[in-house]
Amino acid sequence: MSLVFDALAGLLVAGAALAAVTAAAPRAAVIAFMGYGVLLGLAWARLAAPDVALTEIAIGSGISGIVLLRAAAGLPAVPPAANRALAAAISVAVALGLAALVLALPEPAPSRAADAAAALPATGLGNPVTGVLLAFRALDTLLEKIVLLLALVGVWALARDPLWRGRPEPLFAGAAPAPSAFLARVLVPIGVLVGAYLLWAGADAPGGAFQSGATLAAMGLLALMAGLAPLPRADDRRLRLVLLAGPFGLLAAGFLGWATAGAFLAFPPGFEKPVIKIVEIAITASIALTLILVVLGPPAGEERP
Amino acid sequence: MSDAMLYALAGAMLAGCGTYGLLTAGGALGRILGFNILGGGVFLIFGAVARRGAGAGLAADPVPQALVITGIVVAFCATALAVALLLRLKAADGAGEEEP
Amino acid sequence: MSALLVLALTVPLLGLVPLLLAGPRVGERAALAVLAIGAGLCVAVGVAVALSGRALQYFVAGLAPPLGIGLRADGFSAAMMGMSALVLALTAFYAMRAPGAGAPRMPPAFFMLLLALASALNLAFLAQDLFTLYVALELLTFAAVPLVCLDGKPGQLRAAMTYLMFALFGSVLYLLGVVLVYGQFGTLDFARLSAALALAPPGWSFGAALALMSAGLMAKAALFPLHLWLPPAHAGAPPAASAVLSAVVIKAPLFLLVRLWADLAPVPMAQAAAPVLAICGAGAILVCGVVALAQVRLKLLIAYSTAAQIGYLGLMFPLAAGADAYWSALAWTGGTLHLVSHAFSKAAMFMAAGLIAEVFGHDRLAGLKGAARVAPLSIAAFGIGGLSLLGLPPSGGFTAKVMLLTSALQQGAWWIGVVVLAGGLLAGGYVLRLLVLALQRPEDGTLPAARECGWRAGIALALAFGAVALGFLPLAPLGFLSIGRPIAWEGLAP
Repeated sequence: MSLVFDALAGLLVAGAALAAVTAAAPRAAVIAFMGYGVLLGLAWARLAAPDVALTEIAIGSGISGIVLLRAAAGLPAVPPAANRALAAAISVAVALGLAALVLALPEPAPSRAADAAAALPATGLGNPVTGVLLAFRALDTLLEKIVLLLALVGVWALARDPLWRGRPEPLFAGAAPAPSAFLARVLVPIGVLVGAYLLWAGADAPGGAFQSGATLAAMGLLALMAGLAPLPRADDRRLRLVLLAGPFGLLAAGFLGWATAGAFLAFPPGFEKPVIKIVEIAITASIALTLILVVLGPPAGEERP
Repeated sequence: MSDAMLYALAGAMLAGCGTYGLLTAGGALGRILGFNILGGGVFLIFGAVARRGAGAGLAADPVPQALVITGIVVAFCATALAVALLLRLKAADGAGEEEP
Repeated sequence: MSALLVLALTVPLLGLVPLLLAGPRVGERAALAVLAIGAGLCVAVGVAVALSGRALQYFVAGLAPPLGIGLRADGFSAAMMGMSALVLALTAFYAMRAPGAGAPRMPPAFFMLLLALASALNLAFLAQDLFTLYVALELLTFAAVPLVCLDGKPGQLRAAMTYLMFALFGSVLYLLGVVLVYGQFGTLDFARLSAALALAPPGWSFGAALALMSAGLMAKAALFPLHLWLPPAHAGAPPAASAVLSAVVIKAPLFLLVRLWADLAPVPMAQAAAPVLAICGAGAILVCGVVALAQVRLKLLIAYSTAAQIGYLGLMFPLAAGADAYWSALAWTGGTLHLVSHAFSKAAMFMAAGLIAEVFGHDRLAGLKGAARVAPLSIAAFGIGGLSLLGLPPSGGFTAKVMLLTSALQQGAWWIGVVVLAGGLLAGGYVLRLLVLALQRPEDGTLPAARECGWRAGIALALAFGAVALGFLPLAPLGFLSIGRPIAWEGLAP
């Protein structure tokens, strides 16, 4: 019975993906893509990956969706460029080739589950995925924070003002209608609470810095769209400090671990959990702000009165 | 057939859909969507690999799951950069900016 | 000593802090200082490897693979690190101040991207985990793409978009390969994988994973036929950006291609794949070399020459996978030496082209008659850097090409020898085109009044002499480059 459910879920995700790539209007394609993201989140939940499910829905579907909607606004419907029959044949071949590779995976499957379970108690964490992200493979996480910061640098590098002064353009033209402002007033506090819970729970239960940061970013964007807060200035030094807090907080913790535990990105013996918690808070703040700024786009330069 | 294998095959189908999107896209937005769906399929296959690796009291191998979370954030960065380029190009074309 | 590896990764990142918090002037100087320190660290890694005769290794978080991530510098990594750090530091000097008219000041974003490149490149040369390498490649891409469109001109933006699309295509393919490797072996660590592969010969699906990763790396490195994005991107970027893009950025995926096929793949598999890589390499040398000859703009000529020169690495694979240990080692030395010497000469040539374009206000070859009178040092840097591309002695390019040629002839791969020689002739054609024009008598009144910026031309000249200095290496397999091969962790049971 559950296999039937899983098969249906898989087909549903693929159907939504197909709708996204075949829709003629850019807006419709992006909305189908966001639906696909939510369904994919469901698939992740069925794969015993609640952390990935939360990340996929928050970042892969939600924040990406806002970015893509912005790109789709005012974009004309473009007719497909290539020979559809040929493209379909190639795509089916790709899917079949991958299916063959997947079916050829060895049995029993190799796994690091036992290693991770054995090493987890030393970190004081209960969630093995958080353990991998922040303790065993913290180097990847550090670099991924730098990648996120660099994505913002890349987006800002497209500003017409090379010194990055001023605020970004408003997300969508025109003032927010009253109902959305009301909705934002109600939703934002709830969303912030959810984000804080995800951060708090992430050490032992599903959740963590990414999911929390993405939720907080979504709430921040909602508040900005409803006009509850002014758009941030790109050259505000406090803002820059928050941007740097996550990646460089983790780097500082890495050096602290080097001094106390003898290895870069190890955590001080006996204080693993508190240090990880502090670093996670800094990372969450940086992720939330970076995501907001990446969505808002490059600063428009100094305002002229 | 296990549930993990079903999702791995779904991942293969997603990769096919993404490829179709890439090949038929008439503009940059279509290609960005295609890459995202192609990448989503690859991640889903990795998720199935993780589920197959369940053991030692864990419902899945946590290592691939953590790698996928990193991967989703990296893929988002690529999307954001591509969209920023797209918007800047649209503005430049609209304003009739030309090479000096 | 292994602490150097962590510092080489992290120190460049520290330069981002002043750039984001302080003004552009302070940030720029800090970036320069950090890049200089970074170059010192990379050279120190090389010295440590040479003195100990062993690879340096470090387990991040004190956790050994397979659960943790290992960093490792063997002779090959150390050579690439030293080369790229030197080029990046000199480029930062070149870009720091643009006196006079003609060249706009580089924005702070340029220095941030340069610092990110420094860290990403060191990571790509050091990391021993296929997924960490994926993150390194992405970091490299996100630092390189904005460099292409720093001035925001529509042509640059289009080139950057094409570059990003090729790079993303490469990322997806590479990642798919990584996923399949994990599914088959449950580890992504080079040494662990090598050990597992030695126990049991892998099946076709491992070959497929390697092929997917290689195709991804080829797209990122612009190896023929996936080179179409490179010329507009590298030619359109500001000269300092072009120099790092062409000299070092594409070297990271090429380095990993060598790692996969020369260090990881079992020999029969490597021998089966080598001809494909060699044909791509030959295509690059011949097709892009001919197209370079047809260019009317100097920077596009240099960019096509990059797409052509990458090909020599492709030619190395069948020779390095040969049965004879000595001739394979010679080809391997030649291929890796080529990566290093091409970086020096190409950085010199793009810098020189930037200075010439500043003087003339354009880079159309037809209008550069008599350039040697107003930009003598730049023309000299271009010419000396070009010697190495041609393969004339003394230069690193000469030594590398003679090694490849000797190995090809000794192993009976005469067609590879023919391609090496033909590539040299083509390079001669396009390098001499500018030199001949530059030495001609200018038509009256066409020579601009401006003069080249001397000290920046000096930097270009220094890089060109770097390529020449490599020509004094002996024509024999270099011991330093084989330190630490094959890959294994010391003090860790496989």
